Amino acid sequence: MAATRRVFTPTPSTRPQITGADLTILLIVAGLLALAVWLAQTAPTAVRGPDISLESTALPYYAMLSVGRMAAAYALSLLFTLLYGYIAAYNPRAERWMLPLLDVLQSVPILSFLPVVLLSLSAVLPERVAVELAAIVLIFTSQVWNMTFAWYQSLSTVPGELREASAMFRFSPWRRFTTTELPFGALSLIWNSMMSWAGGWFFLMAAEIFTLGDRDFRLAGLGAYLQTAADAGNIAAIGWGLLTLVVVIVALDQLIWRPLLAWADRFKLEQVERDAPTSSWFYELLQRAALPQLIGRLWAPVNGALDRMLIRDPAPIRTANPAPRRRSPLTWLFIVVTVALALGGALVGGRLLLQVPPAQWLNIALGVGATMLRVSAALVIALLWTVPVGVYIGTHPRAAAVLQPLVQIVASIPATALFPVLVLALLAAPGGLNLAAVLLMLLGTQWYLLFNVIAGATALPQDLRYTSDLLQLSGWMRWRVLILPALFPYLITGMITASGGAWNASIVAEYVVFGGETYATLGVGSQITSATAAGDYPGLLAATLTMVLTVVTINRLVWRRLYRLAETTYRMD
Amino acid sequence: MSASRTPALVEVRGVAQRYGHGDKRFTAVENINLSIREGEFVALLGPSGCGKSTLLRIITGLNEPSEGAVLYRGEPLRGVNPKATIVFQTFALFPWLTVEDNVAVALQARGVAPEPAHARAVELIDLVGLDGFEQAYPRELSGGMRQKVGIARALAVDPELLCLDEPFSALDVLSAETLRGEVLELWTGGQLQIRAVLMVSHNIEEAVFMADRIVVMDKGPGRIVAEVAVNLPHPRDRKSDAFAALVNRVYALLMGQTQPEEVEFGTEPGQAGKTRALPMAPVTALAGLLEHTNATPYERDEIAQLREDLGLNLDDLLPLVEAAELLGFARVEGGAMILTPLGEAFAEASILARKEIFATRLRRLPFFRWMLRMLQAAGDQALRWEVLLTALERDFPPEEAERQLDIASEWGRYAELFAYDDTEGVFFLEGREAATPAGAGER
Repeated sequence: MAATRRVFTPTPSTRPQITGADLTILLIVAGLLALAVWLAQTAPTAVRGPDISLESTALPYYAMLSVGRMAAAYALSLLFTLLYGYIAAYNPRAERWMLPLLDVLQSVPILSFLPVVLLSLSAVLPERVAVELAAIVLIFTSQVWNMTFAWYQSLSTVPGELREASAMFRFSPWRRFTTTELPFGALSLIWNSMMSWAGGWFFLMAAEIFTLGDRDFRLAGLGAYLQTAADAGNIAAIGWGLLTLVVVIVALDQLIWRPLLAWADRFKLEQVERDAPTSSWFYELLQRAALPQLIGRLWAPVNGALDRMLIRDPAPIRTANPAPRRRSPLTWLFIVVTVALALGGALVGGRLLLQVPPAQWLNIALGVGATMLRVSAALVIALLWTVPVGVYIGTHPRAAAVLQPLVQIVASIPATALFPVLVLALLAAPGGLNLAAVLLMLLGTQWYLLFNVIAGATALPQDLRYTSDLLQLSGWMRWRVLILPALFPYLITGMITASGGAWNASIVAEYVVFGGETYATLGVGSQITSATAAGDYPGLLAATLTMVLTVVTINRLVWRRLYRLAETTYRMD
Repeated sequence: MSASRTPALVEVRGVAQRYGHGDKRFTAVENINLSIREGEFVALLGPSGCGKSTLLRIITGLNEPSEGAVLYRGEPLRGVNPKATIVFQTFALFPWLTVEDNVAVALQARGVAPEPAHARAVELIDLVGLDGFEQAYPRELSGGMRQKVGIARALAVDPELLCLDEPFSALDVLSAETLRGEVLELWTGGQLQIRAVLMVSHNIEEAVFMADRIVVMDKGPGRIVAEVAVNLPHPRDRKSDAFAALVNRVYALLMGQTQPEEVEFGTEPGQAGKTRALPMAPVTALAGLLEHTNATPYERDEIAQLREDLGLNLDDLLPLVEAAELLGFARVEGGAMILTPLGEAFAEASILARKEIFATRLRRLPFFRWMLRMLQAAGDQALRWEVLLTALERDFPPEEAERQLDIASEWGRYAELFAYDDTEGVFFLEGREAATPAGAGER
């Protein structure tokens, strides 16, 4: 059962305070953002979107385009992960700033960067290339952080004796990587890749349907197909589009991720055989086929050659007290460039921000409040239904066997793909866009919560359940003494991810171009998009920065504390 | 001694290992001089935390000492010694490789081509008696069999110096005994290239059973305190008087003698002089030891028997004895633990009376005097965990400071000297109003 694992968010670090390093990093992020906005001022004022065919025969082609973007972004993420994690784990000096950077970046609402990235890229690159690249960059930034974190954590938790054995037996760096580090990190890397891949769909769909006034940034793909179909009110096309999306997602899961997991089962560190290994029909099929063995035979000499090339003598020593090394010129160059960028950005940004009139600041503050209300509403609704349902599924194995796969398929549909359909259905209703926005946030976030509740309920220790039965705890008492405290860490983990997702969703949910009309509602997400559409660059920077700051602050001040409480008081051990 | 004429294989000269910088500089081992000659089986023995594993890693070149040098065949060692190998306590097998691959990888890492590497691996697996398990994964094997794989892998690189890092301590009693015999057989058989064996152990009987020479270390800071030659012929008879006499001699060396109180107590944290580290002795286990000793008094030289009766290993027993000594419940003389009248009273007292006795004794210890004074001086008579931890970090390395505060918290709460609120992370004096202490709201 895939969903019974608590792998839905990377472990946030437990420092609740905002430190100097965080502020520096936020400043650098803000500086880069300001530079991008400054660049965006020269972006073309009109962009023509692609023509989307609603023929169902066009669907395979669109699916291919969408999957291609995902694959490109994933490949980029994996490369980045391996390098960044390696450097952070083995270079203590780099680790000092690389970890806080990762920490800030993974709590920033990525979608808020989409308008800025799109505009600045289209200012310097041909339109189509810029839009493609922006989509890939966006997906990359949504996928990469938790993978990097997981890989870094694996590298820094390789058991000391395995590390020493690798040194004692004089492994070359390549052999150490392939024999010790990669196998040790494989399971966590694959789990996080699956998470990232699932999350990537959400951003891919958002990027494919993005339109701003006269600038149509849409990309030919499944997302744009669904949006065009909803625009035209073509129910059949919507159905075909959704079906294709589900088929693609399920097929990728069955043909790539499941087999990978089944294969990676050998990398479990426990020296005892415990729970049943992941099974995959496709993996079993592959094992019987000849092709993988052939590939293995072709790979062996390459592997051997790389290893021999890298054998060094004598092997490096691990010193207890590394003498402080002097910074290399390259490090200095890096520091100088970063500082210059941050300063330049701060200068440009400061000048832009000064142009924002006080009334607009007030408006942005109101927008943050409105979006926060929507996010909270979505979280509360999600909690209200996922906790009872999740506890039921988690404590009734027979129900779980039926419902779990179903829930997984439904959850795999990215909320953004459904959004055009939601808008089509709800625009006429009272509170139309408001309702649609909350619903979109709900759709994007409730599954994290549900899976975590199920995982928590499944992990309820049997002896505690027996004790509660013996004490005849029932009704509210049982929930208060047993179930809620036991669920608490899982709820917090789920809610951290859920709230991040809801903030992200506000960018596409609060401002919609539908059937040629623009609909907007009060909120910081709609302010970001409408400022972009109107070419109000100071407003764009102000709103984006405010949103980033708000989310990072909420993370630090609320979620971190709750997470620490969950880790200390409500831990089961 | 004739041994001094054979050349030294390894020579450790004035080695020290220190961690940290400036104020927070701590010494793991210090002033280590040791030589291992060809044909010798040397055991390193000492309480946990004495740095015996650190010393082993320095000798193999895995760690570089902060001071001093290691000579191998007269040459200073740079980097990992290619002629040395380690058999690890927790086996350090790669769980994702088969038995055969685990052994072959050691050869392939040295540039041996896959086919000869695997052929040699199969030979070695046969040698340690695991024929038929070549394609098994480590998780399918019992602890004893896993360690055999560890031994086969160590032998694969044709080592001259075989290092064993508590190789039998993660095994059950029977498997451990079997493997000891088999390692001795490999060593005394002489077909292998091994010139010397260095074994880290925390089991005195094991060291006397296997080694030619026992190097006894003590902690705070880690240093060599004695060397004992074992001149008994193999196979050694554990029941013989000579064997028992040697075991007891080593016990006496390890346990030391109870010193006058001011020496035992040391100084308060933060003051000049040596701060006495609290032994890691859980209160319940300590009470159990005192009860047992009170019910079955041991004669001199019977500490080995006591250990066996209680089924404890040395690393668990030594802190308990040390705690009994520190609290004035027992005296240690010549390898025997003798209860004081106070210890006897404690063993026979009721649950609540025991707390009284314990509290009275704790109040005399500089560590607790310091803690109580800090608490009384603090506003609201409460202090955050981190505050005390930071104060302790001037006297102990970070992890040790944390362990010290943990055990102090257990002892102090048992004696009801102070209370601790885990949610807030705050120590406070008993009887104080349960209110939020100053500074607790800042988190």
